[in-house]
Amino acid sequence: MFQPEYEAMERPQLEALQLERLNSLLARVYENVPLYRTKFDAAGVRPQVASLGELADLPFTVKDDLRSAYPYGMFAVPLRDIVRVHSSSGTTGQITVVGYTRGDIERWADMMARTIACAGGTADDIVQVTYGYGLFTGGLGVHYGSERLGCVTIPISGGNTKRQVQVMKDFGTTILACTPSYAILIAETAAEMGIDPRSLPLKAGIFGAEPWSDNMRRQIEEMLDITAIDIYGLSEVLGPGVASECTCQCGLHVNEDHFIIEIVDPATLQPVPDGERGEVVFTTLTKEGIPVIRYRTRDISRLIPGQCACGRTFRRMERVTGRTDDMLIIRGVNVFPSQIEQVLAGIPGVAPHYQVVLSKRGSMDHVEVHVEVGPDVPFDEIKTLERLRGRVAAEIASALAVSIAVKLVEPKSIQRSEGKARRVLDTRNEGGA
Amino acid sequence: MVKQLTVFLENSPGRLAGLTRVLGDAGVNMRALMVADTAEFGVVRIICDRPETARRALESAGFGVSVTEILAVEVPDRPGGLADILEALGAVGINVEYAYCYVEPGGQAAIDVFRVEEPGRATSVLLEAGIRVLGPDDVYPAGS
Repeated sequence: MFQPEYEAMERPQLEALQLERLNSLLARVYENVPLYRTKFDAAGVRPQVASLGELADLPFTVKDDLRSAYPYGMFAVPLRDIVRVHSSSGTTGQITVVGYTRGDIERWADMMARTIACAGGTADDIVQVTYGYGLFTGGLGVHYGSERLGCVTIPISGGNTKRQVQVMKDFGTTILACTPSYAILIAETAAEMGIDPRSLPLKAGIFGAEPWSDNMRRQIEEMLDITAIDIYGLSEVLGPGVASECTCQCGLHVNEDHFIIEIVDPATLQPVPDGERGEVVFTTLTKEGIPVIRYRTRDISRLIPGQCACGRTFRRMERVTGRTDDMLIIRGVNVFPSQIEQVLAGIPGVAPHYQVVLSKRGSMDHVEVHVEVGPDVPFDEIKTLERLRGRVAAEIASALAVSIAVKLVEPKSIQRSEGKARRVLDTRNEGGA
Repeated sequence: MVKQLTVFLENSPGRLAGLTRVLGDAGVNMRALMVADTAEFGVVRIICDRPETARRALESAGFGVSVTEILAVEVPDRPGGLADILEALGAVGINVEYAYCYVEPGGQAAIDVFRVEEPGRATSVLLEAGIRVLGPDDVYPAGS
């Protein structure tokens, strides 16, 4: 444990600390962020609570609040106190910006150090940071945590898989940080290069930024002979480091000294009984740059009752099992079907009939956009069709910053539905498409 | 110039069978059929006796069909017959997108079907070279 004084704090003490920090936070945001003052006033609530239970009386914060405050409208400190900004992957054209004070960066590094320690990491480890560096929080988030813990930190960022393998082998990487699907690609690439991935010195992986399953975990652990743990975070709340599994692999410990987690019914927005599934809501207790009050993540999870064998007293959230909106996470990038629709609308001959199809290829999630070849497409020549497919793929890749396979399908083969079109077909739990 | 049907098909079992069954049920007789395939889809090109009937039947069965005007020529049934034709087109810089051929029952010559960039100019070039270019009546005398 990196900070046992917090991570294994007795619950009554922890809750007293949360309450104290919550009241301090409410006073700060009411004073410094016009949006919260307006929201609280409109709801007729005071920026003060007598118990943690009263948090449920406060208004929610949603992604649109951040969008309409773009870029700096929700910062709670003057820009001179901000030392870093990150940005969430743009969803419907409008990206959001989050700012960190020096103190935020310090606390973030602590939380990521906890995460790496959760995977069994110590100052003796060598951490290969294969998450992207840049506006995305993944790379720098893990980087600072790795340095904080005292690990040798390899800031290799994503891409160039052969080089990843070579570095892993030559530098003696013991902990890999990347998306779970990339971990599989690294293992496969090592094998292609004639390097037995199980013979690498790797012992653990901290994987996140996209949904994955226990099957995939077992596959990664088998291929690389490591312990694979799930990490969770989102830029609006912090970035990676919000919650992390420990080596017990039985849920993700939420850093509750810094965040209050609530699970609410996405329809009624009322808290669900402990242990039931619902939408995850976070309040950032210690964030200075851009604190959020009851931020609706749209992620579906539940709190796991009982204590963990590792000794941490922080409650555990289950691996995120879905979304309350239609957002897809493709290789770490947030994608809304409406963005794909926008791209297709600009290409003659393909709109409006398309479908995003999610399926399993082995244990990997596979995403494909199916586009009907309509009567407007002059499809007599193969090259016309190939050109059309290439254009759709290129425009999607350019607009969404992620490449998605495009398949041309027969006219009228995409199921028509009455009312709202079913733009996403998820066959992942039907034994493949 | 003659009419060719082009049908877009997904590369999956039974699709081609379904297509030909629709034509059979509509009483359409095919002269030639050519499948161009890629990993995921195929394009089926058909010359038949009643192209318009075929198109309507396929469309009402839910197939994506387009009708393309293509160049059909009679090729002397001897070594080098096709080469003469292609050389005549190549000499004036006309590119052939695709080609296939079939033999009319009882005929002495093979029939070659071309998709070219400039069908009008190609027709004149071939006529000048003394090659017989076929019209609708030669290919589907039953009419549509």
